[in-house]
Amino acid sequence: MKKIITIVRKEWAEVFKNRMVIFTVIFLPLLLTAIPLGVLYSVRSTTPASSATTQLPTDLTQSMCPTGLTGSDCMQVFLVSEFMMLFMLVPVAIPVTIAAYSIVGEKTTRSLEPLLATPITTAELLVGKCLAAVIPAVLATYLAYGIFAFGSWIILASKILLTAIFDLRWMIAIFIVGPLIAVLAVAFSLMISSRVNDPRVAEQISMVVILPVLAGFFGQVAGLFILNARLILIVAIILLVLDGVMLYLTTRVFQRELILTRWK
Amino acid sequence: MIHTENLTKKFGDVMAVEDLDLDVKEGEVFGFLGPNGAGKTTTVRMLTCLIAPSHGTATVSGFKVGLQDTDIRRTAGVLTETPGMYDNLSAEYNLRIFAELYEVKDVKGQIDKYLKMLGLYDRRLDPAGTFSKGMKQKLAIARALLHEPRVLFLDEPTAGLDPEAAHLVRDFIDELKKEGRTIFICTHNLDEADRLCDRVGVFKTHLLVVDTPANLRKSVFGRKVVFHLRFADEELGRILRKLPFVREVKVVDNKLIVTLQDPETQNPEVVRTLVGAGADLQFVGELRHSLEEVYLELVKAA
Repeated sequence: MKKIITIVRKEWAEVFKNRMVIFTVIFLPLLLTAIPLGVLYSVRSTTPASSATTQLPTDLTQSMCPTGLTGSDCMQVFLVSEFMMLFMLVPVAIPVTIAAYSIVGEKTTRSLEPLLATPITTAELLVGKCLAAVIPAVLATYLAYGIFAFGSWIILASKILLTAIFDLRWMIAIFIVGPLIAVLAVAFSLMISSRVNDPRVAEQISMVVILPVLAGFFGQVAGLFILNARLILIVAIILLVLDGVMLYLTTRVFQRELILTRWK
Repeated sequence: MIHTENLTKKFGDVMAVEDLDLDVKEGEVFGFLGPNGAGKTTTVRMLTCLIAPSHGTATVSGFKVGLQDTDIRRTAGVLTETPGMYDNLSAEYNLRIFAELYEVKDVKGQIDKYLKMLGLYDRRLDPAGTFSKGMKQKLAIARALLHEPRVLFLDEPTAGLDPEAAHLVRDFIDELKKEGRTIFICTHNLDEADRLCDRVGVFKTHLLVVDTPANLRKSVFGRKVVFHLRFADEELGRILRKLPFVREVKVVDNKLIVTLQDPETQNPEVVRTLVGAGADLQFVGELRHSLEEVYLELVKAA
């Protein structure tokens, strides 16, 4: 465990000197928090009370709007729900930026060979690197959610609306799906990072993991599916399985010998 | 301390190291000499468990490569071909990471000890990226020593350093030698090998020869004595060739270069013969072949 902590501390000491990483860790959560808050603020004062029932599909209003919400409230719940998927970009994009640099950065500075010559095991090294990328991403997600919750509390007057927005779906999404999706992103990035020699290439390829999140966002906006608690829970279970598979593959792909002898 | 038997490494169809049989004793400084691409770094990587042998066996400090890799990593120190520092981190923090990974008990004490020994203590808080090449190399040596390894692998320890930095590093290796550590040095610098190593192995995919630098000179070139005369001609050479123990005589300017088996006992007879033949002998010296000449001769023959 001590070696894992050493790797985590080392990674943070290194990556947080990188401006790109700092920018991603700070700017992205702020941006993705500001957008839904802005939408909430503008919708609050512009949506007529009856518009939800006429503008939103019936199945949507039934599944999303508990009884007691006005049409305007229901519209706000719907719009914020649309942003939930976008919110999931935080635990994907941040660890990708950190982890993509992780192995390939060590290759380019030639620091990986002395590191591998120490008694650290591959699992300890990868877990250390994985945690170093996942922890800031999860913390940034929680912090962004905290800001969003606080901002919503200030903006929204309706207690029922607040309860509807911070329901089970959001809890599962932020506290379960967020960390799971971050682990998946990191495992993928570490795998790519083990096989390429340029940090930029590693980051660009690793960014592919953002695509399913964006696809989910646009799918939801297009009305292809409705994000309810059951669906999010299913996604969480799938992610859990995928995480296990990806972490296993990462340790298989990380072959000390190949990494040392193939880098240029 | 280091033992290999038929140690072999193939990368696809390329044979990098072939059937290496080697024995390095405890406390010995062993020089591993060979041209670029000879397989020296591959050998060090196999012995430090960074890559696996294709076949053959090796033990380091009594631990088997491939079976007890973690034990080997714990007891061996490695200076890799390039220092590989974390440039954004301070020298002290660079060492701290490795001290913790090597499970050093007195982390601060060991870091301070080696930073002071290598003259880097005053720059300990500066980022390693601001260091010169020589300073980085010294920092890498400190990193390899933090856990007090009994076996030390140094891959090109003075490569790319200016003469002053190279001299400092060599002096430090000499100090380590006095402490009784087993040191395995891969080097192109034959002068360095000559000065530091108890034995050297000349290597080009497979081991060509292992011996002390002095014995290698003797076995490749024999021992040559130079007799400086006021005047030398072929006639004197012809007289010396008649002596049964003289292997070869060359006349160069006013010098006779004589190859002998045992100059200490045979020189007086040569001197008497020259004086008896009327030669004006000015002085006598031994012609020392550099290890470089020995090495080139061996590699050329291979």
